[in-house]
Amino acid sequence: MSNEIAVQHGVIPHEVHEHHDVHHHHETFITKYVFSQDHKMIAKQFLITGIIWAIIGGLMSVLFRIQLGYPDVSLPWLEDIFGHWAKDGKIQPEFYYALGTMHGTILVFFVLTAGLSGTFANLLIPYQVGARDMASPFMNMLSYWFFVLASVIIMASLFVQTGPASGGWTVYPPLSALGDASQGSKIGMDLWLVAMAMFVVSQLLGGLNYVSTILNMRTKGMTMTRLPLTVWAILFTALLGILSFPVLFSGFILLLFDRHLGTSFYLSDIVLGGNILPNEGGSPILYQHLFWFLGHPEVYIIILPTMGLVSEVMSINARKPIFGYMAMIASMFAIALLAFLVWAHHMFVTGMNPFLGSVFVLLTLLIAVPSAIKVFNWLTTLWRGNIRFTPGMLFCVGFVSMFISGGLTGIFVGNSTLDMHLHDTYFVIAHFHIVMGVSAFMGMFAGVYHWFPKMYGRYMNNTLGYIHFWVTLVCAYVIFWPMHYEGFAGMPRRYYDYSGWESFKHFVELNRVISFAAILSFLVQLLFVYNFFYSIFKGRKVTSQNPWGANTLEWTTPIRPGHGNWPGEIPEVHRWAYDYGKDGKDFIPQTEPVGKDESTH
Amino acid sequence: MTWTEYFVVIILVLIFVVIFQIAKASEYVSVLKGEKKTFEQNNRINAFLMLVFLVVGLAAAWWCNKILYKKTLLWLPAASEHGEKIDTMMWITIAITGIVFILTQILLFWFAYKYQASEKRKAHYYPHNNKLELLWTVVPAITLTVLVVFGLYYWYKITGDAPKEAMEVEVTGHQFGWEYRYPGKDGVLGRQYYKLTDAAKGNPLGQDWKDVANHDDLHPSELHLVVDKPVKLIIRSQDVIHDVGLSHFRLKMDAVPGTPTTMWFTPKYTTVKMKELTGNENFVYEISCDQMCGQGHYSMKGTIIVETQEEFDKWISAQKPQYATAHPDAAPAVAATTAPAVADSVKAATNAEPKAEH
Repeated sequence: MSNEIAVQHGVIPHEVHEHHDVHHHHETFITKYVFSQDHKMIAKQFLITGIIWAIIGGLMSVLFRIQLGYPDVSLPWLEDIFGHWAKDGKIQPEFYYALGTMHGTILVFFVLTAGLSGTFANLLIPYQVGARDMASPFMNMLSYWFFVLASVIIMASLFVQTGPASGGWTVYPPLSALGDASQGSKIGMDLWLVAMAMFVVSQLLGGLNYVSTILNMRTKGMTMTRLPLTVWAILFTALLGILSFPVLFSGFILLLFDRHLGTSFYLSDIVLGGNILPNEGGSPILYQHLFWFLGHPEVYIIILPTMGLVSEVMSINARKPIFGYMAMIASMFAIALLAFLVWAHHMFVTGMNPFLGSVFVLLTLLIAVPSAIKVFNWLTTLWRGNIRFTPGMLFCVGFVSMFISGGLTGIFVGNSTLDMHLHDTYFVIAHFHIVMGVSAFMGMFAGVYHWFPKMYGRYMNNTLGYIHFWVTLVCAYVIFWPMHYEGFAGMPRRYYDYSGWESFKHFVELNRVISFAAILSFLVQLLFVYNFFYSIFKGRKVTSQNPWGANTLEWTTPIRPGHGNWPGEIPEVHRWAYDYGKDGKDFIPQTEPVGKDESTH
Repeated sequence: MTWTEYFVVIILVLIFVVIFQIAKASEYVSVLKGEKKTFEQNNRINAFLMLVFLVVGLAAAWWCNKILYKKTLLWLPAASEHGEKIDTMMWITIAITGIVFILTQILLFWFAYKYQASEKRKAHYYPHNNKLELLWTVVPAITLTVLVVFGLYYWYKITGDAPKEAMEVEVTGHQFGWEYRYPGKDGVLGRQYYKLTDAAKGNPLGQDWKDVANHDDLHPSELHLVVDKPVKLIIRSQDVIHDVGLSHFRLKMDAVPGTPTTMWFTPKYTTVKMKELTGNENFVYEISCDQMCGQGHYSMKGTIIVETQEEFDKWISAQKPQYATAHPDAAPAVAATTAPAVADSVKAATNAEPKAEH
């Protein structure tokens, strides 16, 4: 096999050498690097596309944080780059709102859904269940290329004259339905909807594949209760996506109808700028129900895979079994189930029936129970371990810390009584960025550092990893912790400028500190990006098959596996994935038969 | 770009290069020193940083609270009775989550530090313990039940029906401002139909002039409320979704086109009193739009003046019905009959109160 290098978006392979014998068909450059059907290559494609999107989405947040932190400063270079969007060196309101909207869309969907699930589901499912590839490698490839199509369309929307969608990532109608209501609701909004439709197709193709592979293609001996938690997490994630993305899709189609075919699904009684519209009888709240029926499961689609990654990496590096394996599965199942029953907690102040609201309060706060179980299980996994602080492990600890902080504030906003005060304030921004933004990134980084040797046969640089972790952790708290206080002051989110408000204008200095930390944390992520690409080509080479001393099947493959993963037979599995430190042995791989005098648990 | 900006970029690039070179060098050093020794050294440093982060982090959180607390509304009494309930609920939640936060974060970073890899110790094989797991299922479940019960108790109080004596005011949002309508002497807001909206003809709210209840409706430019008197807001939107955000009253309700919503509360402090309480002589109750509504969203502000009954009576009696504005021909007649009648009725209603000074 050659060094595996992903080749999209201008990353040109410069050392392709030594073809070993692996029993598979002849590969050309195109089938190997571009239209690849190998799960490992598709995983890398998803990851690198995700990294590129993360840089773009992160840069957008830097730009709008410049506006929030330095509302009075004029930066001529902004005008040099962005023209009339940054007239006189100041970010204009339309630009500000477009940046915020696209930051949300890109990070939530393109990075933390496609980039995250796409990478680790593709990489780990066949490896860890013991399969040569996905159930349908072709569908898998289509899934990636639909994602690319969605990416191209959304990228194109950044360059249209009226700008991309700008009504917030939730694109609530009527604002998003009426081109006259906002610049971003013109052609940019159509492109956004079409891109998202393609994205849903990509997710469904991927999700169906993940589920069928996990259920049908496990190797001999790999019962469901022997699966690593990563695979369980991905299974629940995929099921959530399959059941909820179509609802979002229908919501978008109705929105397109309202925009172009004169229907009134979401429109009623509208006088826009003196113009009386004919639509009557629709309800904008219908859209919110359809949107949040995906929108809420979506946050679990983001966080569940990282819970799996963290459980796995933490157990390996604590040299201890994950505590409460069955409880971990049960709590993920509970989270996945409840994820479908809490969507309207985003809508407590829409005028919804208070009784309905109270049902959603109950179900929402119920989710805290499985979440608490998971946190305590992670803490107990660390207890009396023998912890190796690899960069992956550091990010696991960071993940748990962030998940606790963000999870607890969910108890505030999930309670309708408090939500009346905190809804759409900076408290909410702090809550969801910590619990599904930073946490998910921490989990994803843990996964990338940990499985990088498996992906590229090389290590990432540790020192850069340590710097990356510590600066990211500190910056994340500096950015989001004080935002809770802004929320307690009722400071609304999605404001371009607070200087005109007697109630909120006293946070100028704080906003400057937050912006500074945000920019610093963005720069540190570039250090990671550099480390990632540099290490693909020049990282320290992996010399042992199982560098972390891990139990799962991916570490029984060659250091640089070919298409098909195992040169010979697929190994048989005899035990669960977490026999670390059992009977005085450091670790016992899943492939090792159970000994006669082995203790049972 | 200016020279300073180029300079900043160059400095940043240099810092990058230096960090990278150090990182690269440390990799070579580790080869020379031996992997094992380097690993042990790095592990000790990272474990120690865990402890540092815990201590410094908790201290920083305390310090952050110290400097920011006074900038929030937490220390200021809520300006409505509903807001008091919300504040109580807030403090209950802060107390419970605060305890859990501190305990779990301490455990997390302390375990990370204490159980760092060591030759002397072996990891303890501890795959599960049903009693423990039951414990941390039941305890959070009970705690959350308490929060749900409190929360819903207050929620129903707040979203329940407004008292009969509540004053009704209609608040209508549009890009990017608020309109207010008072029912006038009959106490009834007249019928509306959005297709009748015609700002040029003095009918910005689409009032149906055939409904006589509309003839005395007032359309002032500010929202005036009476202290200690319940008020029910009927909230509408003309174009996109807006939100009536009242941070000092701790309340919020969306304005949805096609579906009027309501929200009621009882203001507790006049604007003058709030100036005293906040120590800010520029204090004003602001309505902030809390639902993204377009590029002027951040400037969609309304002003509420909470005052005594006398002040309110004086103010409202000076307002003219919108009907008069919309029908300038009929104006003399209407003005003659309706406007004084409003003033009369208000006075009549507040006969027992001391008369406002004229």
